[in-house]
Amino acid sequence: MSKEKIAICEDLADIMPPEYHDMVENATFGNQDRSWKDIGSSKELIEQHSLCAGCPESIAFRFIMSSIPNPEDSVFVGSTGCTSLVFPHVGIHNIHSLFGNQNAVASGLKRALAVRFPDRIKDVFVLAGDGATVDIGLDMTMQSWFRQEKFTTICFDNELYANTGGQESGLMQRGFVAKMAPKGKNFDKVRLPEIAFEAGCHYVAILTVSKPNRVEQAIRRATYVAREFGPTYIQLYTPCILEIGKQSMEGLDEMKDSESIGGRFVMRELMTDEVKAFLKEKEAEDKARRKKAKTVTA
Amino acid sequence: MEEQYQVMPGPEAFLPPSAASMGIVLPDPGQAHIEGRLVDEEEAYEYAARKLLAAKVPTLFPGPLVLWRWNDKAAKKAAAIRKLANALPARLIPMADYRPKYPKINPAVEINPNHPNLTIWYNKIDVCIFIGVHCHQANLALKIIRGGTDCYTMAMCAQAGHEDACLSFRDADPAKIEKLTAAVEKLKSEGVKSEAEDFDQFVTAREG
Repeated sequence: MSKEKIAICEDLADIMPPEYHDMVENATFGNQDRSWKDIGSSKELIEQHSLCAGCPESIAFRFIMSSIPNPEDSVFVGSTGCTSLVFPHVGIHNIHSLFGNQNAVASGLKRALAVRFPDRIKDVFVLAGDGATVDIGLDMTMQSWFRQEKFTTICFDNELYANTGGQESGLMQRGFVAKMAPKGKNFDKVRLPEIAFEAGCHYVAILTVSKPNRVEQAIRRATYVAREFGPTYIQLYTPCILEIGKQSMEGLDEMKDSESIGGRFVMRELMTDEVKAFLKEKEAEDKARRKKAKTVTA
Repeated sequence: MEEQYQVMPGPEAFLPPSAASMGIVLPDPGQAHIEGRLVDEEEAYEYAARKLLAAKVPTLFPGPLVLWRWNDKAAKKAAAIRKLANALPARLIPMADYRPKYPKINPAVEINPNHPNLTIWYNKIDVCIFIGVHCHQANLALKIIRGGTDCYTMAMCAQAGHEDACLSFRDADPAKIEKLTAAVEKLKSEGVKSEAEDFDQFVTAREG
C-alpha cells in the first residue's frame, strides 16, 4: 500500500459512500507532520470502534494512529485480545497473528518488506496486550529483540487478561485481586521496560495515554529509532475499566492517578546516548522544517 | 444415480450447505457454471443477460478490487461495470470494504459481506452479480444470501469461480464484462425488454 493506491476508480466514484471520499481527500496520508491534533478535523484512520464506552484502549488507538509518521507505508501486527476487535476498523494495513506470535510474524514481515521495497521506508508495529507480549508471547517478543529486528513493539498494558474475564497477568500489580484471580497476585509486576532495554531495545518508553503529546512523542521516537537502530518498545497503561470496577468516565482519572509522583506509570524513557543524540538532531530538523513551512504559508 | 445438486436461489436454510460439499465443482477455463451445471462460457453470457434483464431489481455489487484504483486494470473494470449498469439498466451498490460496520450499515447505499441479506431485503433485490469481491468474502456473502433470501446470485470472479453462486464466471477481466454487456445489448436488439422497476442510481458523494 502507498498513498498512490488510496484512490477511487473514477467511473464508480459517485456510488461510494461519503466516508470513503473523506478518507481519500481528507485523511492525513502523506503528511509527514500529521499529529494527534488532526483528530476531529481530518478524516481519522479509526473512526468507529467496537470497544467499551470510555475504554482507554480506544483513546490509545486514536493517538497511535494519528501519531505514526508514515501510515500509508505502515503495517500493524496484532494479537488476540481487545485490540484485535478494533483492527478491522482501522484505515491501515494490519495482520492478525496467532496469540503470542506477533513479534515473530512482524520479524518476517519487516524483513520481507525490506527485500520487496528496498527504496521505501516501511514501518512495522506490533500492537498487543500484556498477555500476548509479556506472558504467552514473551519468548517471541524477546527473541525479536535479541535478533535486533527493526520494528516497534507496543504493549497495551491493562495489567490483566481483560477480554477473557480478568485473569492474572505478569504485568498485574502484586496483591491485586481480579475476578478470576481471587487470591491476589503474589509476585511483583514484571519490569518489562528494563528487561526490554537489557534485551537490546534501543528506545523504551512507559507511560499512560492521558496526555496525547507524550504518546505522540514516544510513538514517533520509537518509529525513527526502529528505522535506524533496531527494536524499540513502548508500554502504554490502558486500564480495563470493567475489570477494575470503574465507570466509563473514570478511565482518564485512573491513568492520571497512576502517573502521579511515585505512581507505577510515571513516564520513563530508556535510551542509549547514541540514540539520544540521534533524536535530538532529528527533532531539531523536524522543528526547523515545520518552522520554515509555517513561514512560507504565512 | 443420485441427482445433481442445484445451486438455486434460497431461502435454502439458516445455514445452507456449501455447494462444494454437495458435489458442485468449479468450471475449467473457458467454462462457467449455471446452477452447478458446467457450461461453455458463451452460454452463460446469454443466460446471465436474460436473468438480469428479467429482474425487477437487477443489481451489480462492485467490490474493493474494482472500486479502488489499485492499477489501470481495476479502472478499466470499473468503466466496464458502469457500462454494463447503464446498458441494463441496473443498480450499483458498492461493497467498499469488509469491516463489520458500527453501529450499522446503510442498506440503501452499501452492502457488507457480514450481513449482505440486509441490503438484499431492503432494496428487494431479485438478481445480483458480484464483481471484484475477494473470494473468501464473496463465498461468505453468497452463502448468506442463498441462506436467507430468494435473490438469484451471480459472480464475475477473477479467479476460479464460485460454487455458491447460482451462476459463476471465472477469470473475469474487462473484456469479459464487456462481453456480458454485449450479450445484454444483443438481447435488447432482439426485442427482450428490461423488466427493471424505475430507480435513481444512488449518488452518495458528499454533494449528493
